[in-house]
Amino acid sequence: MTNTIVQQPKQVSLLQRKKAVLICLCCVFFFVALYIAGAMMGDTGLRTDFLHRNLPPSLDYPFGTDWLGRDLLTRTVKGLCISIQIGMLAAMCSAVLAGLLGVAAATFGGKVDTVITGMIDVVMSTPHLVMLILISFAMGGGVQGVVVAVALTHWTRLARILRAEVMQLKNADYLQLSTRLGKSKLWIARNHILPHLLPQFVIGLILLFPHAILHSAGLSFLGFGLTPHNPSIGILLSESMQQLSTGHWWLAVIPGVCLICMVKVFDILGNTLRYLSDPQTSQQ
Amino acid sequence: MKTFCKYFASKMLRLSIIVAVVSVLSFVLVSFAPLDPITAYLGYDRLQISQEQEAQIISRWGLDKSPPERFLSWAGNILRGDFGKSVIFNEPVVDVIGKRFVASFWLMFFAWLFSGLLGFILGAVAGTFRNSLADRVIRFYAYTLASTPTFWVAMILLVFFAVKLGWFPVCCAGPLGVAPEDVSFADRLYHLALPVLTLSLVGIAQITLHTREKMIDFFQSNHATYALACGETRSSTAIFHGLRNILLPAITLQFASLGELFSGSVLAEVVFSYPGLGKATVDAGIRGDVPLLLGVVIFSTIFVVVGNLIADLLYTLVDPRVRTEEAI
Repeated sequence: MTNTIVQQPKQVSLLQRKKAVLICLCCVFFFVALYIAGAMMGDTGLRTDFLHRNLPPSLDYPFGTDWLGRDLLTRTVKGLCISIQIGMLAAMCSAVLAGLLGVAAATFGGKVDTVITGMIDVVMSTPHLVMLILISFAMGGGVQGVVVAVALTHWTRLARILRAEVMQLKNADYLQLSTRLGKSKLWIARNHILPHLLPQFVIGLILLFPHAILHSAGLSFLGFGLTPHNPSIGILLSESMQQLSTGHWWLAVIPGVCLICMVKVFDILGNTLRYLSDPQTSQQ
Repeated sequence: MKTFCKYFASKMLRLSIIVAVVSVLSFVLVSFAPLDPITAYLGYDRLQISQEQEAQIISRWGLDKSPPERFLSWAGNILRGDFGKSVIFNEPVVDVIGKRFVASFWLMFFAWLFSGLLGFILGAVAGTFRNSLADRVIRFYAYTLASTPTFWVAMILLVFFAVKLGWFPVCCAGPLGVAPEDVSFADRLYHLALPVLTLSLVGIAQITLHTREKMIDFFQSNHATYALACGETRSSTAIFHGLRNILLPAITLQFASLGELFSGSVLAEVVFSYPGLGKATVDAGIRGDVPLLLGVVIFSTIFVVVGNLIADLLYTLVDPRVRTEEAI
């Protein structure tokens, strides 16, 4: 009797953990599959074909075709791949920036801290999109414009989290003890601080992807950022804007739904990983 | 009152520092832009002007001076309220922003109001009946909308309501061929409907989730337990005791999210070709209208910071607990 009572919550948590791991694996599998599909698909679908223009979704063309007869399925998959690449690049730049500034603010304290928190305040008090437009305008548009713009506007939240984490660690008892025991600063940083920060950093990075992808799509949609030579999802949607009044709804609906699904998968992945890595929830 | 004045003064100081830093940063950014102002201004006509004319333009615009000198004269002009002249509208930047902002203001105001009300109600319902079907549906809706691009929602509404059903106009702020001054009030509202709907639908995600959390917190408090123990139902507890507890954080959050509202209005205005400030921002960026772009950046920063300031002040003015903490 007592045995079952003790064991019951444990079994539940194991099941939940397994479920969470499974969810993560599914998400990763989704991206790998998407990426391979994008790489495997030939360019046949991208060729203009005026016999098959503006076809609604059917068995031959699951996503329909556009006004030049290009297959929308191929374009969507390839567009998603481009969006992922740019989103990843931008999110990584942003996360590295956040890591450096957040850790520097907490470790050096004093004036450095004031300056960095001031920078966070400044970035947070401008509308993101206006800043994105300004930066990509200053960079002359293109891929580097989008990446730099997204990187420079999205680091604040993660930097705050990392700064708070290091601040808290600095005063932790076991770190003080470690110092008294004569461990070097580098040893403490590597063995005590890094294991704490790394999961936070990775999860923060993954949760940055959705924002980075959405904002780079928004920038491309507005006409900054990418050009039609790099048909990311944002470009696809902005091209379909011109076709809206003709009633070809699938050109706008289908790529948009795919974009939302992808962003949502990233979100689920990040949140599940956070659930797994947080000692409070993972042991529930 | 004295502490409040001091508090207000420190906030204002912070506001001006942020605006100053933003204007310096944006000036530096723009001066890096790989854009020749004269080509941007003249376009192909540049081939037709002589060397002397070009030199005249350069010296008139101060392009022969060094960037720091240019910044000082620009900042001096701005402090006097002169933001320069917009190239694409051929009007002073202040006038363009003023006119455009009136149009954007109504759009943002209605969206702000509706998203706040709707988000608050949905969040309160979801928090009161936690883990019920309604809660799950609302949470799914809010989380999905948080990862939906605003411009896509605008496009879908446009396709469905304006193109397919024909209930709403496809674009602009008034009927075609009517001067902006002559557009009737009803027509104005009619043209505002879809952009407002877009921003309201997208804007509720944050406020809903936040209100839901607060409502759940409220139901864990002692006075909620007491009310339930007295035999009140969950909904009456929520309405008579919960709402006033969670209203203030919701209002402040709504004021603090003006930045996202502004970003959203840029996208919605582009999709619906609504002649507001957001559309002007995008036009300025694409056609290289640097004075207007800088003006919009500064203006929108002030807009957001003032929103945050109102949020802070509301807290101190309305909530007695925060005020005493500030005084101490």
